Amino acid sequence: MSKNTVSDRFRKVDVDEYDENKFVDEEDGGENQLGPDEAEVDSLIRSGNLMGALQAVLKNPPINTKNQNVKEQTEGLVLKVLSSFKTSDLEKAVQSLDKTGVDLLMKYIYRGFERPSDNSSAILLQWHEKALSAGGVGSIVRVLTARKTV
Amino acid sequence: MSYHSFLLEPISCHAWNKDRTQIALCPNNHEVHIYKKDGNNWSKIHVLKEHNGQVTGIDWAPESNRIVTCGTDRNAYVWTLKGDVWKPTLVILRINRAARCVKWSPKENKFAVGSGSRLISVCYFEQDNDWWVCKHIKKPIRSTILCLDWHPNNILLAAGSCDFKCRIFSAYIKEVEEKPAPTAWGSKMPFGEVMFESTGTSGWVHGVCFSDSGNRVAWASHDSTVAVAEGGKTAVCASLTSETLPLLCVTFITENSLVAAGHDCYPVLFVYDSNKAAMSFGGKLDVPKQSAQKGMTARERFQNLDKKATTDSKEAVLESVHKNSISQISILNGGKAQCAKFCTTGMDGGMAIWDVKVLSIVKHVRVQMQ
Repeated sequence: MSKNTVSDRFRKVDVDEYDENKFVDEEDGGENQLGPDEAEVDSLIRSGNLMGALQAVLKNPPINTKNQNVKEQTEGLVLKVLSSFKTSDLEKAVQSLDKTGVDLLMKYIYRGFERPSDNSSAILLQWHEKALSAGGVGSIVRVLTARKTV
Repeated sequence: MSYHSFLLEPISCHAWNKDRTQIALCPNNHEVHIYKKDGNNWSKIHVLKEHNGQVTGIDWAPESNRIVTCGTDRNAYVWTLKGDVWKPTLVILRINRAARCVKWSPKENKFAVGSGSRLISVCYFEQDNDWWVCKHIKKPIRSTILCLDWHPNNILLAAGSCDFKCRIFSAYIKEVEEKPAPTAWGSKMPFGEVMFESTGTSGWVHGVCFSDSGNRVAWASHDSTVAVAEGGKTAVCASLTSETLPLLCVTFITENSLVAAGHDCYPVLFVYDSNKAAMSFGGKLDVPKQSAQKGMTARERFQNLDKKATTDSKEAVLESVHKNSISQISILNGGKAQCAKFCTTGMDGGMAIWDVKVLSIVKHVRVQMQ
């Protein structure tokens, strides 16, 4: 065999990067998006105002930013808020959200599914059921088709 | 409302002739079958075999009685009826990927083909050479064109694409027509100019439609939204996120209302309010089967609990007329201004004809006439 077949580094080359027709998403300038205000959300949770905490944590979603840390921080914060709800209050909380709020909640729920921790999946599944009855299958389709993830 | 099951395979695309007595459809293969209505039945009268790949688009020009077809073999054919036989003429599209959709222009002197080569081929007939010639619209399209619709002025063309945008292009060909008058979308219209580009919705644009006046354009996108944009009002977009699966095709039935259908297997009505620039959901247009509601015995409940872990008595059978996704809607009577009947075909191989008046009485759905 000739020398060329010895190395298989060529198999790890990402050919799509060299495609001149490759589709690149539009940049939307998300440098200033810092996610929801952590201090505000924490104080609302401690004071027992869970509805307010939910509204606050769904503000300023880090959709356009490329900073992964911000996204992970936000997801952690959202999970904290979602876990502090009592099961009986879930339905009311979801009803208080508008359409974009329900879509955004679905995005966070699916992001939470990606990295399951101790009890998170069970809580997320309960939220998922309520959000599904409010947003319908369409809200899940929008999570799947969104180019800019939360 | 009537439903006819043509095939067991999906109907890839269909087109009606002028008086709606004949329908040309592609039975998910390389051929086009033309069926003629006689009484309550449909009989196959012609089979058009020329394509080497699946036929993805058919359009039947009502005045000149010509059929244009396009397929995955990167070709388009214009068929003319000579006596009792349809004769094809090849049109070279100069594309290197499959053609996806084709539409005759309102005056039938040109047609546009959308393809996977990320461009639109606008074809017109050159008298001197006795040959169809095409021009390409390339910029700024970045992915496959899925659907096309012409503006009534024969110049503007709306295209929905997989790069998540719906655009309106000018397809002005100076060899076959005069300079166009200004429209709500703009006044300068050189060939290939982008008159409008959508923002605000993501997801592939599966279906696009101009309203009867041409001042509004509607598109259905894969993120389960329907949107309407109105030209001249700084291109205002009103979009509605729906709670259902994505819609695949959309059409105006009056200047203010749209019917759309898709993966949920039933047509849906939407109403557009121009003053508020907002869309609202008008209702499901399916006629439900009269299913007998029988009570469940305790034994059945336990069986269900055992088998399906639920005591729901909902059956796993679709109650809609179409049993699979609806892929195409076409207007039969009344045009886009006062549509009286429209037709849907889908992946269940069936074709349903819907009567707008009957539907609005049955469903207490108000179809707002202008």
